[in-house]
Amino acid sequence: MSPRLPGWYKGLLLAGLLVASLGLVSRATASEQNPTLPELERELICPTCHESLAASSSPIADRMRVFIRARIAAGDSKSEIESKLVDQFGESVLAAPPKSGFNLLAWVLPLVGIAIAAVVVGLLAYRWSRTRRDEPQPDASANGRLRLDPELERRVDEELARYDA
Amino acid sequence: MAGRRLKIFLQAAAVSVVALLLALLGWQVFRNDKSAGLNDAVAANKKPPAPLFTLPELGADKELPLSSLRGKAVVLNFWASWCGPCKDEAPMLEAAWNRYRNKGVVVLGVDAQDFDVDAQRFVDRAGITYPVVRDKHGSTLGHYGVTGFPETWFIDRQGRLVGEHVAGPLSQDDLDRNIRIALGEAA
Repeated sequence: MSPRLPGWYKGLLLAGLLVASLGLVSRATASEQNPTLPELERELICPTCHESLAASSSPIADRMRVFIRARIAAGDSKSEIESKLVDQFGESVLAAPPKSGFNLLAWVLPLVGIAIAAVVVGLLAYRWSRTRRDEPQPDASANGRLRLDPELERRVDEELARYDA
Repeated sequence: MAGRRLKIFLQAAAVSVVALLLALLGWQVFRNDKSAGLNDAVAANKKPPAPLFTLPELGADKELPLSSLRGKAVVLNFWASWCGPCKDEAPMLEAAWNRYRNKGVVVLGVDAQDFDVDAQRFVDRAGITYPVVRDKHGSTLGHYGVTGFPETWFIDRQGRLVGEHVAGPLSQDDLDRNIRIALGEAA
């Protein structure tokens, strides 16, 4: 039995979580509204060499960097810049597939896989615990050892008596 | 009983996943083989049909299907504005278009992995008047086994790939010889 947490402690924990999540949300919003070149380079793929834009030095990668700098200076948001690049090169320019249409599967399937794995592990753990419960339990009156089947015990006693005789 | 059913279900699921992965692998190998097979077939003079496509024309609000050029010999040139050798061969292709168009030859440029604005600027600067289509998603590159720019294929009047697949810059001799083959004037 775990000790109960005091109410003030739970409140403090909840407030901490709230502050942390608010921090994450405001950071994501800032990144969306004021993207940086290194950030976008990590999220885009060079169409000719299929490496991350950050790692690519191909001519088209250099041209894409010039385009991104110009769009950042013009005040475009991150999703606007990505959308303009998708319009020019297709969705394969994105390092991560968009969360819509058929591509949504790429995001959903791993979660479904994890959920199925969790259910399977849970079922196996349940079966394993039931098997353990059905096993014979040690008997306190027998000094903590397993009590033998009475028939077997009778036969062992008979064998021992014959051996002693 | 329930445990046995669960075991069978898990085994079936595992087998299905492995089968799916093998099918994906096979599909990918088949796709790569198809473009490699095209090269081999052209080299062996088997005249395979040119993979068809329909792409938007650069700077125009219409699409150009390759099938609409049936009956003409086509010089199919893949390029991008950032490619140095493409700049060098553009005047040669333009001259060939002007010289052979009355004989039923079409030079068709396919611009890929590029910005619209850069492609248009390239066309304007090079004074290109032959049709150019934009393959924004690079869908034709896989079908024709294009691995770099420039690359050129030649298509005869029946829509078959003939002559040589020139992977790299064209020479004047490459261009003239393969156009004659596509027109059926040379073997």
